[in-house]
Amino acid sequence: MRLEHIVLHNLRRRKGRAVFLVIGLLIGVATVVTLLSLTDALGRRAQNELENFGANIIITPRSDELTLNYGGVQLGGVNLVAKEIEQADLVKIDDIPNRRNVATIGPKVLGAVEIEGQRVMMMGIDPDAELKLKRWWSIAGRSIEKGNELVVGDSVAKRFNLNMGDILQVNGHDYTVVGLLARTGSQDDQLLIAPLSVAQVELDKLGQVSMVEVAALCHDCPVDDMVNQLQHVLPGTDVQAVQQVVKTRMHALDQFRFFAWGVAVTVVIIGALLVFVTMMGAISERTREIGIFRAIGYRRWHVLHMVLMEAAIVSTLSGVLGYLVGVGATLIALPLLEGGKATWHWNSTLAVSAVLAAVVVGLLASLPPALRASRLEPSEALRAL
Amino acid sequence: MSLITLDKVHKNYINGADCVIALNKLCLTVEEGTFLGVMGPSGSGKSTLLSVLGALASPSSGSVIVDGIDVYGLSAEKQADFRREYLGFIFQSHNLIPYLNALENVMLPLAVTRFSADEKRRRANDMLKRVGLPDRMLHLPQQLSGGEQERVAIARALVNSPPLLLADEPTGSLDTTNSHQVMSLLKELHEDGQTIIMVTHNRENLEWFDRTVYLRDGKVEKDVQSCLDQLPQAI
Repeated sequence: MRLEHIVLHNLRRRKGRAVFLVIGLLIGVATVVTLLSLTDALGRRAQNELENFGANIIITPRSDELTLNYGGVQLGGVNLVAKEIEQADLVKIDDIPNRRNVATIGPKVLGAVEIEGQRVMMMGIDPDAELKLKRWWSIAGRSIEKGNELVVGDSVAKRFNLNMGDILQVNGHDYTVVGLLARTGSQDDQLLIAPLSVAQVELDKLGQVSMVEVAALCHDCPVDDMVNQLQHVLPGTDVQAVQQVVKTRMHALDQFRFFAWGVAVTVVIIGALLVFVTMMGAISERTREIGIFRAIGYRRWHVLHMVLMEAAIVSTLSGVLGYLVGVGATLIALPLLEGGKATWHWNSTLAVSAVLAAVVVGLLASLPPALRASRLEPSEALRAL
Repeated sequence: MSLITLDKVHKNYINGADCVIALNKLCLTVEEGTFLGVMGPSGSGKSTLLSVLGALASPSSGSVIVDGIDVYGLSAEKQADFRREYLGFIFQSHNLIPYLNALENVMLPLAVTRFSADEKRRRANDMLKRVGLPDRMLHLPQQLSGGEQERVAIARALVNSPPLLLADEPTGSLDTTNSHQVMSLLKELHEDGQTIIMVTHNRENLEWFDRTVYLRDGKVEKDVQSCLDQLPQAI
């Protein structure tokens, strides 16, 4: 016979109250777990989308001269015989400390070419990398694969009345149109898109690139650090983070996270109040028992120990069940959000934190009633006998 | 040497605007092995005397020495230890814990001791056998009669082998048969050397005591050794 024995017997005897307490705390824990799990899953989903959204770092040659503009990004000296980025230097990107955060590197060369006496901008790309960066591109036909193939932007196709399979002469060389890029509303509509090596020859920029787009994996992504690291390994370039894309998405996520935490804290406070009021009631109900315990020689600490042990047992049970219910609710809710594309991931920190938080909240809320019980003078308690 | 010495013990209660004197500079000594009966009309201070002796209510002034220990010179926690080691309490309404069976109720004072589980069980078993309940150990209080509950309460009070047993009207809620059984049991314990102080209203219990004090207005009005005739008739 130990104090634990008395506590368990008491819980068993007052099942209704114990169940009420467990359910009260369980709802709180389950709500918190659901909200945080959803935030986590949606965050990961948003992250994936962000990565799919395109480049978030752009590397351009450093130049003080007047420049062309592409996609809102200044391209140093593309229209002039100016500095370009040496393609061979791009391997240095592998040397940066945050190399694991680099998802895709999309080098491109840009320059003007002549078609039927008119100047048109040609862009040479690495097709695999570029299609990863430009997930929104919709190409009728197919992407470029071999040397003399082109994908043409919507404006160019209309201007020169181009269709798939047409042969187009660029600077006197024949190219086959294998794909028509659907209207994007950006400067991509005005491009002739060719393989990088072909465009480099056509533009007389062998081994050179005009700009590099980099997609960084941005879950806890140190974009600013990466910009500095890239700048360090590519000293002749300007490296810019496309901050607005990252920041907008992150801001939306932060708003949701903030909301989730707000609800979580409110629910936890309500749970704590529930435990406090129930335990206070239980102590009043048990004044007689406490008087007996004290009269037969139980120290204040023994009474405190019993009340807190009861709270710890109830809270632990609530924490474990609450976590499981929360995960269940998350699994049910996720298919209804983000078109079912967000997925639940096991998060050991959340599991442990949920149980620990339930125990801490339960113990803290039970502490005032427990102290009150332990401070009951035996004579005062015995008056109730 | 006296087991108990109360020296000018004074106890006031504040009741609203009134100051009630429960014990009025009471002096009393009790030898080891005494079966002392405490009688007196309502409000004479019987229960307060028991509370003061039991380290449950500190006196306003005066000292209480039990087995050489100045009880109210101890800290609150040490007073709890004192109650556990030196005292056994028997309450009028049994005061068993309803969700524990008889054996567990008897083991209750042992739950906070360092005895092994087997030792605790053995002691509680022995004590329940001694009070004549060997076959009721696993019964809950509500499954026991009033007399049986009282005997469980006595077993609980004795399981720590305390030098002093304090009983507050232990037969107050019992019929004549059960009352006689309980008093016989207490007498047996007394004959084995147990010191017992028992508060009672019932003059029929006087025959069991070897000393009786009669309280009135918080003072000892009479203190007699085994002599029923010497007590006031007004009891």
